Amino acid sequence: MSADKMMNVTINGMPVQVEDGATILQAAKKLGIKIPTLCYMELDCFNFEHRKGSCRICVVEVEGRRNLAPACCTPVMDKMVIHTHSPRAVNGRRTVLDLILSDHPKDCLTCNKSGNCELQTLAADFKLTTVKYEGEQSVYPLDLANESIVRDLNKCIMCRRCESACNEMQTVGILSGVRRGFEAVVAPTLEKPLNETNCVFCGQCVAACPVGALTAVIRNQDVLDALNNPKKTVVVQTAPAVRVAIGEGFGMEPGTVSTGKMVTALRRLGFDAVFDTDFAADLTIMEETTEFLGRVKAGENLPILTSCCPGWVKFFEHQFPDLVHIPSTAKSPQQMFGAIAKTYYAEKIGVDPKDLVVVSIMPCLAKKYEAARPEFTRDGVRDVDIVLSTRELVIMLHEAGIQLDLLEEGQYDNPLGESTGAAVIFGASGGVLEAALRTAADWLTGQDLQSVDFTAVRGLEGTKEATVEVAGLQVKAAVVSGLGNARRLLERIRSGEAEYHVIEIMACPGGCLNGGGQPYIHGDTTILEARMKAIYDADKGLPKRKSHQNPDIIKLYEEFLGEPGSHLAHELLHTHYVARGDA
Amino acid sequence: MIDTPERLTQYAALLGDPAAKNKILVSMGTCGIAAGTTPVLDSLRAALETRGLANSIRLVEVGCMGLCHSEPTIELHNAETGQQVIFGNVTPEQAGAVLDAFSGEIKGLDTISRGWYYPEEEENVNGVPQARIALRNCGRINPEKLEDYIASKGYQALAKAVTKMTPQDVVQEIMASGLRGRGGGGFPTGVKWSFAAREKNDSKYVICNADEGDPGAFMDRAVLEGDPHSVLEAMAIAGYAIGSGNGVIYIRAEYPLAIQRLQIAIEQAKHEGLLGENIFGSGFAFDIELKYGAGAFVCGEETALIHSIEGMRGEPTFKPPFPAVEGLWKKPTIVNNVETFANVAAIIRKGADWFTSLGTEKSPGTKVFALAGKVKKVGLVEVPMGTPLRDIIFGIGQGIREDKEFKAVQTGGPSGGCIRANKLDTPIDYDSLIALGSMMGSGGMIVMDEDDCMVNVARFFLEFTLDESCGKCTPCRVGNKRLFEMLTEITQGKGTPETLDKLRNLGQTIKDTALCGLGQTSPNPVLSTLIQFPEEYEAHIVDKRCPAGVCSRLITYTITDACVGCTLCARNCPVGCISGERKQKHVIDQSKCIRCGVCYDTCKFHAIAKN
Amino acid sequence: MSCAACDSKCVNVIEKFPDKTAALTAYMASLPIGPDRNLNRGLLIQSLHKAQGIFGYLPEEVQRFVAEKLGLHLSEVYGVISFYSFFTTKPLGKYQISVCTGTACFVRGAGKVLDEFKRYLTVEEGETTEDGKFSLGALRCVGACSLAPVVMVNGRVYGNVTAKKVAEILSECN
Ligand SMILES: Cc1cc2nc3c(=O)[nH]c(=O)nc-3n(C[C@H](O)[C@H](O)[C@H](O)COP(=O)(O)O)c2cc1C
Ligand code: SF4
Ligand code: SF4
Ligand code: SF4
Ligand code: SF4
Ligand code: SF4
Ligand code: SF4
Ligand code: SF4
Ligand code: SF4
Ligand code: FES
Ligand code: FES
Ligand code: FES
Repeated sequence: MSADKMMNVTINGMPVQVEDGATILQAAKKLGIKIPTLCYMELDCFNFEHRKGSCRICVVEVEGRRNLAPACCTPVMDKMVIHTHSPRAVNGRRTVLDLILSDHPKDCLTCNKSGNCELQTLAADFKLTTVKYEGEQSVYPLDLANESIVRDLNKCIMCRRCESACNEMQTVGILSGVRRGFEAVVAPTLEKPLNETNCVFCGQCVAACPVGALTAVIRNQDVLDALNNPKKTVVVQTAPAVRVAIGEGFGMEPGTVSTGKMVTALRRLGFDAVFDTDFAADLTIMEETTEFLGRVKAGENLPILTSCCPGWVKFFEHQFPDLVHIPSTAKSPQQMFGAIAKTYYAEKIGVDPKDLVVVSIMPCLAKKYEAARPEFTRDGVRDVDIVLSTRELVIMLHEAGIQLDLLEEGQYDNPLGESTGAAVIFGASGGVLEAALRTAADWLTGQDLQSVDFTAVRGLEGTKEATVEVAGLQVKAAVVSGLGNARRLLERIRSGEAEYHVIEIMACPGGCLNGGGQPYIHGDTTILEARMKAIYDADKGLPKRKSHQNPDIIKLYEEFLGEPGSHLAHELLHTHYVARGDA
Repeated sequence: MIDTPERLTQYAALLGDPAAKNKILVSMGTCGIAAGTTPVLDSLRAALETRGLANSIRLVEVGCMGLCHSEPTIELHNAETGQQVIFGNVTPEQAGAVLDAFSGEIKGLDTISRGWYYPEEEENVNGVPQARIALRNCGRINPEKLEDYIASKGYQALAKAVTKMTPQDVVQEIMASGLRGRGGGGFPTGVKWSFAAREKNDSKYVICNADEGDPGAFMDRAVLEGDPHSVLEAMAIAGYAIGSGNGVIYIRAEYPLAIQRLQIAIEQAKHEGLLGENIFGSGFAFDIELKYGAGAFVCGEETALIHSIEGMRGEPTFKPPFPAVEGLWKKPTIVNNVETFANVAAIIRKGADWFTSLGTEKSPGTKVFALAGKVKKVGLVEVPMGTPLRDIIFGIGQGIREDKEFKAVQTGGPSGGCIRANKLDTPIDYDSLIALGSMMGSGGMIVMDEDDCMVNVARFFLEFTLDESCGKCTPCRVGNKRLFEMLTEITQGKGTPETLDKLRNLGQTIKDTALCGLGQTSPNPVLSTLIQFPEEYEAHIVDKRCPAGVCSRLITYTITDACVGCTLCARNCPVGCISGERKQKHVIDQSKCIRCGVCYDTCKFHAIAKN
Repeated sequence: MSCAACDSKCVNVIEKFPDKTAALTAYMASLPIGPDRNLNRGLLIQSLHKAQGIFGYLPEEVQRFVAEKLGLHLSEVYGVISFYSFFTTKPLGKYQISVCTGTACFVRGAGKVLDEFKRYLTVEEGETTEDGKFSLGALRCVGACSLAPVVMVNGRVYGNVTAKKVAEILSECN
């Protein structure tokens, strides 16, 4: 709708002017009036809009209208007179909340979502002390069959946010409303458990769910058990995007970089060594860039696609099985870390790999699934044993009484703790590509180039394209985040419409900083912007900003792997893909 | 090809006056066929052959005459004498008698008053309550023969519209006629068309809503089965008016005969150039496609219907945007009901003034009602708006079966309400029904008598909405479930006075907060019975008694001293809980009795008491 | 083909009935299927009607078949099927008994008739007897309200049905 005309409306007796097409919700916001919402969700930076008007918690009274109007989707009209808390509107909202609660387990004390639940917050705001319209509740079995996500539809309030996240944003398309009336619910394909479907475990549905119907699998107890097992040596790795988000769990400003505090906290929890996935990210760049330059030189099998996101990997295995040969065969940093830890490092400290437990702290739910993929197990030993999300680490620290915000800064252990700025930016969409270009440029020119900022590939936009000159080579690059954007790009590649040399793809819109395992943002995308800024600031602040300059990486090749792309590197650091087809 | 208005006139003239032929009309609607018209037709055909009359008397298979109470029905037209008679409950054996009736000798046949059934030309006949516009051809022409429709002035309106009127003229004429949507809401049709006409878009849609989901309403089916061309013609007129070349009829899959007749009609119209390119040489093109429902009442709601055509779950979406702005495939779209369309050609042909002379000021024209339930003469009636309910139920319907006491009439189906005897003189139109807490709805009219329990009736409708709710919004998905549970409690004797308060509050709030028309009206049956029949609710709640003897949990069957020990009840009781010696008084084991009432119905000695 | 959950009854009807599959393939080949899945979706409901007409029901493999031809996600096809009461994913009985529970039939006692069928067949509404002979369903108004209560058995209409007539109707199904 055009924004040229302004609408004059009155809300609760106060006049306000808004653009044509604005909703009552937006107009009220201008006056500092908060109208509760549940089903409504918008992520403006990703053009994600879920405005179905279905929960009816946002109803308000509009003069001259027969019934109450849902504020989230009713456009204002000139001279509209609105009452957001007239008795009728309040009664409507209370009744709607009452009805939702009447079909809800009310298990807050033992709910994974407690403290982060939009329904719980609403109930607290409204302070309904009884549920007036009690009656039959829906009963569904739990889905506990996968590594990443727990589905408890008994808590589903039918906001359908997950459905839009999976189908419209991610275009994985495995969630759909099924049945109708009181029996209606959102379920995966044919109502099967998630692990029997095309689900890629990106966790964007979990991030979208306002309640505890979709939550992550919690593995904290397994970590505690390992830490308290005297026979085990337990090491931990922390992914790039965790450090810029974990502070949110302790009331710190979004965008605070808490790397050092997090290291201290992990050490206090009792890990034998605290390492950095960033080290492995540098390693990934070594392998991936070698593969990339090799393919460019040979002029074959282009474009090369990054492969460090397991959500994306599973996506192309299901949806583009004909293209499984184009992604890089390099493992993700998490898995490279695990492989090196269980070989090089285990040998170094003289521990049987069977007694070495590798724990990862990841922004991601797909990493849980990735670590359990059978190809990442050698001789019955998994490369990565337990994967925790950022949120789980927050819980562990709270339980252990470790107040992250008050801790002193610590340093990562050696030898798997050293990293460069190139690795830090893996946490943001565009980072992997930028890191690879930094190394490629140096390698091709044989110089230590000073301009390392490839800003064209930064930002939260879903699809970024750039032609960058790397040592005289015109590299056509694309960066895509969000699987919907990935699908559109891949379709263009499949049809031959688009030609690139290198493409970075991340399943989550905006990259790992917006991963399914990060602290909930409840639709506030300024948090994502703050996290992204923090990542690039961290990169800037580091002395070394190119992966191939990481001294421990250089040492690793010298002592153990030989050359990038060597036989041993292939055995430990590369993988293969399965054409899974549609399930 | 009928590619000019002149050709149409010539063709109609060639066909001659339909009244000038000897005919036997045989009612071949779904309802008639179910009641056994097919063998009657066969036997009439055979009788005509044997008597050598096959060429002088035409046997016409027509759609529904609306005389459900007397199916199989046939109608005789004697061109020489002008005699027109209807016979009901005809059997194949009566074929001979029917032919004899042609010579004026009526013997052993059940003659039906023509007051039931008057065609367009004879409307407004004194003393005849019915007036037929939408049903003008139903039961009079063979719906599978285009020439029958043309001989009855068919396609003249379309010819007039596309060659003599501008699209604006057409919209104006419909607006002036005051025609309001017959699908339930009563929205002025001309206004709706003007909204879509105003939109600039090279593709727009005209949708005919033939989903007819209201259980107990069957007028749309009757029109589609009896006069499909009238709908096609009207859709083309609508297309011309709003600037659309695409028509879609969304029809429920439960109407196979209507589907078949529509397919035939579309085929014929295309073949003759009445649909397709360059209609009547005007350059206007219009095509019609059929889309099928799949058993979901909510798909009658226009946005749900559009999503259903688009292949999705039939979940309504919030308006705005309205379909007139963004409808099917996001293009401007009008959705109109079958009966609404069935009025259009007549209005264009005869003018808005003629139409407004019928009915009331705010609701001009007529309305078709499906009169059913406990009334003596069940059937399809079309009366001018403003006709009092009493005239329909006690006049046309001839009162209550078995002369029981009238209790209520339910209009508007699951969205409507119950009206009791003291309001029977209300003239019915859209607004007066809403004032009574009911709705016009699509025109279902279910009559109830003293044996019907109003709490149970309300519960029945809620069960229906519960089944048919799409489940998208909270008030309807959960709220109606709670209403239903409360009503169930009351019918089981577990209700308390507080339950009544809750019912009222929740019902009102659901109306106030639900997303679509289904939820916004679903509490009406409860709210209207609460207002109209408070004493019945009280009886269930306070006295734990069902006055109509319907709510089984509140009934006990006992055997009185009138029992002669015939053992009949004991032999019929499905759970075998009646015992007693032959010729001795029997007893019912109350702990096993499932209150099915079989014993009560079987006892010939009225020895079983029901309280 | 059988699966882990049940080793006996499960057959892949797409493989088992080549002529039925051919009929469905031919039908779908006649549809204007294009590259735009949003437009293809408009062909979904009629395809499902056709498929159910051919196979009698819509088991998983038929759903998958239709989804693939139209380029739709299986989840949305299933979502649609589960929404519309006309579609069934389980085979129906040889005799499909439908009791009209429309308003006219309701006020004339359809509830009792339905209860009686349930009792006789020991199945609930929407279920099929174990021997696969009868499936019991309810439908809303067949437009024969004058004959209420109405029962349909495989398209044949029985009018003015009472609980007593139930046994009689069932005995005619052989
Ligand atoms: C739940 C629900 C069911 C409806 N069912 C029908 C129907 O079966 N047939 C119909 O014509 N209109 C039905 N309507 C009304 C339509 O939404 C729409 O208003 C109508 O088709 C417009 O046509 P009209 O203006 O000619 O009446 C229904 C509305 C609701 C809310
Ligand atoms: S989902 Fe929210 S409201 Fe429900 S039990 Fe969990 S925390 Fe409580
Ligand atoms: S909120 Fe209430 S119920 Fe929950 S823990 Fe506190 S006191 Fe107990
Ligand atoms: S995890 Fe991702 S793919 Fe799986 S259901 Fe959720 S949104 Fe869809
Ligand atoms: S699972 Fe969560 S996001 Fe999905 S519909 Fe239910 S409450 Fe909403
Ligand atoms: S983008 Fe990052 S957080 Fe999201 S699935 Fe991929 S690896 Fe996990
Ligand atoms: S009112 Fe009922 S039918 Fe309408 S959208 Fe809400 S749940 Fe669906
Ligand atoms: S009501 Fe039914 S169950 Fe009870 S005694 Fe009579 S026949 Fe038997
Ligand atoms: S049928 Fe009537 S008279 Fe006969 S045994 Fe039963 S109660 Fe007695
Ligand atoms: S937030 Fe507006 S209807 Fe749900
Ligand atoms: S005779 Fe046609 S509907 Fe009854
Ligand atoms: S209500 Fe049963 S046939 Fe109409």
